[in-house]
Amino acid sequence: MTALGLRAPRWLVARRGGRLAVRLALYALVALIFLLPLWSMVATAFSADPPKLGEVMLLPRGISGTNMSTAWRLGMAQGLVNSLIIEAGGLTLQIAVSTFAAYALARKRFRGAGIVMLAILATMMMPEEVIGIPLYLVLGRMNLLDTYPGLILPVVGWALPVYVLTGFMKRIPLELEEAARVDGAGDLRIFFHVILPLALPALGTCAVFGFLMIWDQYLLPLLIVQSPRMTTLTLVVTGLQASQEQGEGVRLAAAVVLMVPSILIYLGLQRLFERGLLSGSLKG
Amino acid sequence: MAVARTTVPVALPAQRDRNGGTRRRRPGRLVPWLFLAPALTFFALFKFWPSIEGLYLSLFHVRPYLGDQWVGLANFTRAFEDPDLRAAVGHTALDAAVQVAGSMLVGFLLALLLEAPARHVRILRTAIFLPAVTAMVAVAELWGALLFPGQYGAVNSLLGHLGVGPLPFLSSPDSALWTVMLVQIWKHAPYDMVIFIAGLVGIDRQLYEAASIDGANAWQRLRAVTLPALRPITTIVLILGMIRGLRVFTEIYVLTHGGPAGATESVVTYTYRTTVTGNDAGYSAAISTLLLATTILLTVLTLWWRNRREAD
Repeated sequence: MTALGLRAPRWLVARRGGRLAVRLALYALVALIFLLPLWSMVATAFSADPPKLGEVMLLPRGISGTNMSTAWRLGMAQGLVNSLIIEAGGLTLQIAVSTFAAYALARKRFRGAGIVMLAILATMMMPEEVIGIPLYLVLGRMNLLDTYPGLILPVVGWALPVYVLTGFMKRIPLELEEAARVDGAGDLRIFFHVILPLALPALGTCAVFGFLMIWDQYLLPLLIVQSPRMTTLTLVVTGLQASQEQGEGVRLAAAVVLMVPSILIYLGLQRLFERGLLSGSLKG
Repeated sequence: MAVARTTVPVALPAQRDRNGGTRRRRPGRLVPWLFLAPALTFFALFKFWPSIEGLYLSLFHVRPYLGDQWVGLANFTRAFEDPDLRAAVGHTALDAAVQVAGSMLVGFLLALLLEAPARHVRILRTAIFLPAVTAMVAVAELWGALLFPGQYGAVNSLLGHLGVGPLPFLSSPDSALWTVMLVQIWKHAPYDMVIFIAGLVGIDRQLYEAASIDGANAWQRLRAVTLPALRPITTIVLILGMIRGLRVFTEIYVLTHGGPAGATESVVTYTYRTTVTGNDAGYSAAISTLLLATTILLTVLTLWWRNRREAD
């Protein structure tokens, strides 16, 4: 095999120069298509000289935070604070609740486990877009419209982290748990001291996905938020109008603020993110 | 309830006898349910209750303050005869098909181009994934600005240099839906790329070498080795994409509000509009119920299809 395998590299070397040039050109094209739009958003948002109506800049004309401070005045501050509150509450609860459920599903054998897993996976088919209107009515009956709990509680139950964590916890060797049990540890002790520390990487994956899922919420706040006091960042971004004097600058400034946390989370926890992307989607 | 209460004292001693005094086992049976309880409560209150509530409401003419009026299946017959809804279903199906196919094609090409493990390629891969993690609202606002229809719009001035345009993009009923699809493909293709790359990495290199030795050119290797190996992943990307496509809302609502002239109205934007403007929650609930039923049906069908193929 090795003798024959040598052929392939030689065949590559012959055409390397031309192929490399084509490759580099394609890399540049791909980078332009996917990154230039995002860059132009940042450039326009920080331009000192406001863009003409309909104009988006590749290079800012002088750098200033005017657009940012205007957006800040027009509700972005409130939206950012609220989005962070919803994110903190929602993500904490989502991870906690999913970890507990995954422990039962992965480490315990009990009657009804299959049905529970099926029911949880079935909620994948009930996203906000599909059940939004009745969810709005149900939240109204609970007196949760226009409140933080109304925006936080509906995002807590999510099948993806339960599924990912269950799969991960199933692979933790039983011996570790049994050793602790022999030492007299109860389920809570085993959960917190044996399983949870070992499941930390999967927990990180779920945190990244959960962050993005909650950060991107749009229809839910659109239905539930009624007063400016409760507005979220996504609502602020879509609510800002392009004006004759400032063009798109102010709205794009708010969009930049919406974009940056997701990108930071992704870049910071990239390895965890890609692993989760694959375990979540490859296995259906 | 009365029956349950009388049986309990009878059942308990019997169980204790059978377990022979191991009192730790009985609470042990409750443990998994205690761990599950918080999650199940949230799913029950905010997923299942609304779903059932939606089904229930779809049988009523919902009138705030006046009391709901039972209408049987009238909301469903109305839905099947509603020309606006029929148009929305058409847009949604077309959009789902094109954006899924487009994202997969672009994602696959990106995967072929950016599969290499070299460091600079990895950096590029990380960079072009940024659209996929950016919130859809931000993506939609950005492209809404870039696609400004006049000749000063960013994309139009770029096309102007190439001697094309200016194109109306989102402002014309003829091109608005296709423009929305381009934005969706831009956002979702990098996501599909990552999944395809995982599939490509899993392919045995020796298969390529063997094919080269047999005299297969690049195109033949792609057809004989790469595509068959990627088939299972392709199925999954397809299913996830179709289900995502059926409930499209944010990008359409932000980019066009369903316009111009209803040309981009999707099932969910239409449902939202009938609730907000039409003030008829019963009818909206009926459409939502049909959408949920369609999603479940499609999922069950694909799962059944997959199981059958695995059995073959």
